[in-house]
Amino acid sequence: MSFISYLINGISLGSVYAIIALGYTMVYGIAKMLNFAHGDVIMVGAYAAFSVIMYYGGNSVTAVLVAIVVCTVLGIVIETIAYRPLLEAASPLAVLITAIGVSYFLQNAVLLIFGSTPKSFQSVVNLPSLKLAGGALTISGTTLVTIISCIVIMVVLTLFINKSKPGQAMLAVSEDKGAAQLMGINVNGTIALTFAIGSGLAAIAGVLLCSAYPSLSPYTGSMPGIKAFVAAVFGGIGSIPGAMIGGILLGVIEILGKAYISSQLADAIVFGVLIIVLLVKPTGLFGKHIQEKV
Amino acid sequence: MSAMLEVKNLGISFGGLRAVNALDLTVEKGALYGLIGPNGAGKTTVFNLLTGVYKPSEGTVLLDGESIVGKSTAEICRCGIARTFQNIRLFKDLPVLDNVKAALQNEYKYSLFSSIFHTPKYRKVEKEMDEKALELLKVFDLDGVADYKASNLPYGRQRKLEIARALATDPKLLLLDEPAAGMNPNETKELMDTIHFVRDHFGVTILLIEHDMKLVSGICEELTVLNFGEVLSQGKTATVLRDPQVITAYLGE
Amino acid sequence: MEKVEKMKQKNFRSNLITYAIVILAFAIMEAWKASGNLSSLLSGLLVPICVYVVLAISLNLVVGISGELSLGHAGFMCVGAFSSAFFSKCTEEVITFMPLRFFLAILIGAAVAAIFGLLIGIPVLRLRGDYLAIVTLAFGEIIKNVINIFYIGLDENGFHVSTQDQFSLNMEADGQIILGGPQGITSITKCSTFLVGVILILISLFIVLNLINSRDGRSIMAIRDNRIAAESIGINVTKYKLMAFTVSAALAGAAGALYSHNLSTLQASKFNFNTSILALVFVVLGGIGNMRGSIIAAVILTVLPEMLRFLSDYRMLIYAIVLIVMMLVNWSPKALEMRERLMSRFFHKSAKEGE
Repeated sequence: MSFISYLINGISLGSVYAIIALGYTMVYGIAKMLNFAHGDVIMVGAYAAFSVIMYYGGNSVTAVLVAIVVCTVLGIVIETIAYRPLLEAASPLAVLITAIGVSYFLQNAVLLIFGSTPKSFQSVVNLPSLKLAGGALTISGTTLVTIISCIVIMVVLTLFINKSKPGQAMLAVSEDKGAAQLMGINVNGTIALTFAIGSGLAAIAGVLLCSAYPSLSPYTGSMPGIKAFVAAVFGGIGSIPGAMIGGILLGVIEILGKAYISSQLADAIVFGVLIIVLLVKPTGLFGKHIQEKV
Repeated sequence: MSAMLEVKNLGISFGGLRAVNALDLTVEKGALYGLIGPNGAGKTTVFNLLTGVYKPSEGTVLLDGESIVGKSTAEICRCGIARTFQNIRLFKDLPVLDNVKAALQNEYKYSLFSSIFHTPKYRKVEKEMDEKALELLKVFDLDGVADYKASNLPYGRQRKLEIARALATDPKLLLLDEPAAGMNPNETKELMDTIHFVRDHFGVTILLIEHDMKLVSGICEELTVLNFGEVLSQGKTATVLRDPQVITAYLGE
Repeated sequence: MEKVEKMKQKNFRSNLITYAIVILAFAIMEAWKASGNLSSLLSGLLVPICVYVVLAISLNLVVGISGELSLGHAGFMCVGAFSSAFFSKCTEEVITFMPLRFFLAILIGAAVAAIFGLLIGIPVLRLRGDYLAIVTLAFGEIIKNVINIFYIGLDENGFHVSTQDQFSLNMEADGQIILGGPQGITSITKCSTFLVGVILILISLFIVLNLINSRDGRSIMAIRDNRIAAESIGINVTKYKLMAFTVSAALAGAAGALYSHNLSTLQASKFNFNTSILALVFVVLGGIGNMRGSIIAAVILTVLPEMLRFLSDYRMLIYAIVLIVMMLVNWSPKALEMRERLMSRFFHKSAKEGE
């Protein structure tokens, strides 16, 4: 029975990774950049929700909504000021380094405002735990909400991208920026929208992550950010179902690795599996294999 | 005369698409051979098959009597096939001279130790490489711009540099992919002389893809016409160009 | 031939200037130190600066010359740091002449890192672009994690290895713990000096600059500029990518050795993702493929946070802003265009002449 409980915890953690990875993968698909500040947007989202609950006495729903708004605006601001001028730069590394600068900035800005002592985050989910198999298996409310949120987000996002006009514009821009522009698509606007959605998702991920692991510090976002990046690559960067499955697999591997192999080596196992996957499938599980035209 | 290149039943499919089918092709030593056909006929795919960029689904390729199927691109180059590209592929951030010197690296060698410590051997070999590279550049009138960055050359000269680089590998067979693309009639005429000179001076066999019919009829001795990946016509240039099937394929019904 | 000679001389002169800058900087710092006016803060930074400069040169070989993105260079540094410190601890009583022991330790650090570079490079270098980047990141993290769980002790019976804790090493009473899991290696004899650091910088520069101007370097850069064309002229892509990667790993390992012998306690957690990223920042800010630039960037970005100490809590925030602004000014096409226009107005000459 403990295996199942580990598995469910893994899926729950994986769902958080998947939500973050969705943002990563969308931004990568459209701007072809690795947004290393994405993890820190998660942290900002968590702090926003934390402040609403602790300092303004808001309820959970308000907290989540405020977090989403804060992160969405933040995402657009970051994109406009720091990334947009560099998307056409001579080397793709320029925008990567700027993203790292943004990451340092967010961490240190939060450090100044909230201090370095970790805050104890109060879960936004107040649902009772689910007891199954005569009490042998307990699933906490947070876990359930996390998994359900992840599924809902996945479905809504897929519908949005495939059915709505802005979603189609995103696909077009990620395929060919120049052609999209010629077709009358507002490329800059579409990129900004992608950052906005990715950052909004990051806010949700931040709140869910800290509901499950309540210690919140300015560096909370770093490791989940990198893990989500790994998840996105794992599933094939640029692919939405890939990010989803990559995220969940990663969460499950991490939790099972911690439980059955070694808690110190859990990260090494996660990264090891990634390397093996990439060696077998060089563009990830669902990545498109693009042969260079000669 | 014996054959430099002997291709038998060469074919490749991409997914369901049959890009090249049952191609037979024999190019004699010292020949100037043309491969022509409408867009999408599979000409460049043939070059990619010959140079190992793609692995053929079936068929044999003999270069000077030796099979090269299954070898990597780099190995095939060392066997004696060099090529240029339809969309120019130079080492854009390297000087013109170094573009050619990079291609000399199979013949002029020294160890990694010499590379790092710039030993007397390094100096000697580098000097020989410089001389050889300049000699090649001179053929294409590029020696005056040896110190330019390759990407700073005008288009026509970039094409020439590609040919010079290919020749630096000392090939038996030179594949030219649309050498006259983007050139004006004067430049094309000059190019025709250069190609003749290269064949006679370096003793290479040349197989070229070209759309410019003036160039094709002016310098190619024999032709193969491809259409939808299959041979439409093959033989002496004058005969092939009069073939009604070829005329139809090019001009439509 | 004249043009070729001129080109070579220009290159030679440029390299000479780079060496001269390093030596001059060394002389100035030494003179400053001798005058007694050098703050203890700055003199404490001298060796770390050398470490980061060597790391920047090493990473620039991969990123700038070979054109591949590595996000795990701290991993190679980590391997070099631990293997060299391990060697120093084990041989402290055997090789009593410190300079020789330190020299051997640096060599071992570089060699072990090179072996790791080779072993990791063989499977990994066939991946492209961002996929390669993520795998190097993964390896960097794995190396750090794996070192963290090892306990190694030495007594009269030889080495004892455990992955549990130091008590399960079952050593004799006189045994000495060399590697203590997350505690790392403790009480290392401090051997690194500014002089050694500068010599290491000069050696790294010598290796990389000479390599660039050679048959091997040309092949590496040819692959960077156009892999398919490089293959078509008979260049063995895997071999040269591996060469660049391995040499680079060796230099990072040497930097690690210099680093570990400057500390009394060495912990694997220091070699995290941020260290790899920091090295990448040096390279990009200093100019991709430009060794002199990355040296200068490494020095500035190592000294800057210390110089900003008067800002206390705002220090790292300002540092982040400076980094973002520097990137925007140096890389944004619009900013570059504006800069060019200003330059041409001030100097009344076309921008082309400057090329």
